Amino acid sequence: MLRGHDGRTPGRVGAPGQAVRTLSALLGALALVLSAPVQGGELPEGDAARGEAIYDRCQACHSLERNRSGPKHCGLFGRPAGSIEAYPYSDAMRNSGIVWDEASLDRFLEDPFEALPGTRMGYAGVKDPQERADLIAFLAAAGACAD
Amino acid sequence: MSEEIIAVGRRSFFSEAGKLTLSAGAVLMLAGCAGKAAQAASAEADVTILNAALGAEQEAIAAYQVGAESGLLSKPVLDLAVQFQGHHKEHADVLAKTVRDLGGDAVEPLASYDFPTGSLTSEADVLRFAAGLEKGAVSAYLGAVPLFEDRELAKAAASILGDEAMHWAVLRGALGENPVPVAFVS
Repeated sequence: MLRGHDGRTPGRVGAPGQAVRTLSALLGALALVLSAPVQGGELPEGDAARGEAIYDRCQACHSLERNRSGPKHCGLFGRPAGSIEAYPYSDAMRNSGIVWDEASLDRFLEDPFEALPGTRMGYAGVKDPQERADLIAFLAAAGACAD
Repeated sequence: MSEEIIAVGRRSFFSEAGKLTLSAGAVLMLAGCAGKAAQAASAEADVTILNAALGAEQEAIAAYQVGAESGLLSKPVLDLAVQFQGHHKEHADVLAKTVRDLGGDAVEPLASYDFPTGSLTSEADVLRFAAGLEKGAVSAYLGAVPLFEDRELAKAAASILGDEAMHWAVLRGALGENPVPVAFVS
């Protein structure tokens, strides 16, 4: 089961002077934006072409068509997590009960360690919602595996 | 983690420190911080991250071997590939040692790797394939650095990231592309 997103409370910035107060207000607003929890299903519209470029980040371990040190991603949408027989998943992934769709990928990709403790994917995640949406759009467009 | 395991880890490091022949700063940093890291309650998470990096390094070693044996590389490029493969071997050696020093089991290389060898028909193909792996490695280390509980491990991983980024830049240059196309890696 994936854990949900959690928000953080932005810290207070206090300093004398109008310029500093203005800067503090701007930083506070920025912190609010950056720390706002993102709920599954609220992703912006994704662009598969931009997502392909973002997928380059995954290619130390993954590819669409081949299992590598990470599992292949073709046919990902609708597939139960941990279900490619030839790939040695972690117990956490194999027993997660996850079925990959936009919402589950959104939660996992934002923070894999937080979303699925015990995963072997040692990666901090894709923090930007637009980048996640683009990446998910690319994975969705990749379609089924050839074999 | 038990005190016994911690003690063994420290003895192992100190007894072997004098035997180290690898000179890279990252190697020394990783090996040197393992004893301290073993004391962290979250060492298991760090082992997971290190093993993910180790798996990628092992695949990179195998990929460079495929390139070196392809017969497609000119002498200067072959020398470069062998040199970069040597760096990945150094990374893998120290990652595996650090995992063991932390009380974990280091992942083993796969018996075989499924590389797209059919699409490698020229030197440029091999260079582009290697550049893609190096770019991915940069991103993988960038994604790993913030996760380490032990900040010395994060620092050492960042050192490896720098090496991978240099590989990527040199390979892009060999392809006639802008070696450093962006101000930030992602």
